[in-house]
Amino acid sequence: MAIRVRYFANLRELVGHNEESLSADNIQTVADVLNVINKKNKLPENILQAINMDYAELKSPVKDGDEVAFFPPVTGGS
Amino acid sequence: MAISIRETAFDPWQETLAYQQNQLGESGKFGATASFIGTMRDFNEGDDIRAMTLEHYPGMTEKQLDKIVAEARAQWDFIDSLIIHRVGDLFPNDPIVLVVVWSAHRGAAFDACRFIMEALKSKAPFWKKESLPSSERWVEKNTDGYANL
Repeated sequence: MAIRVRYFANLRELVGHNEESLSADNIQTVADVLNVINKKNKLPENILQAINMDYAELKSPVKDGDEVAFFPPVTGGS
Repeated sequence: MAISIRETAFDPWQETLAYQQNQLGESGKFGATASFIGTMRDFNEGDDIRAMTLEHYPGMTEKQLDKIVAEARAQWDFIDSLIIHRVGDLFPNDPIVLVVVWSAHRGAAFDACRFIMEALKSKAPFWKKESLPSSERWVEKNTDGYANL
């Protein structure tokens, strides 16, 4: 299974890149993706996640080819 | 129902007028126009802010804003709406965001405009990085949109 992982704002700076491809057989949920990432770069606790540009939860299932994004709480507008 | 992410400065008054003339014309169909314009401050949390960079998640931003407008349309009867949001480098007094709602009566325009703006603040994937006189920092949270009375 291959997942496209994207990072934004301070998480992008923390991991040092915008995106990466993760290949692993034991990934079933967003939490599994996060566990793989955390082994290399520990992400902060207070983050949000999305699957294919929709908000998701840690327990949300991921499938082959999905785009999973991690980012901090949003701060747009004024 | 227009949603536009801009990398360069925009004039919210010109945009409102142009959209109204092009999309709504001289129809006489709307009796209320409510708009919100957010501009950049030169201070935040007691510090001077010299500039700001707005990052977003292209694609997800538009998808979430589309959803927000659809949710607003399910709750209020309005004729049209316009959302413009800046990304990139901004300086104090630059417009950041414009939300305009046109409706037959004031209730829907006022309420849908407020709803869209508050939903944008909490769901649209934008992030601000502030430039202070000698450092930079990510803005970590939004202020409450509802003033404490």
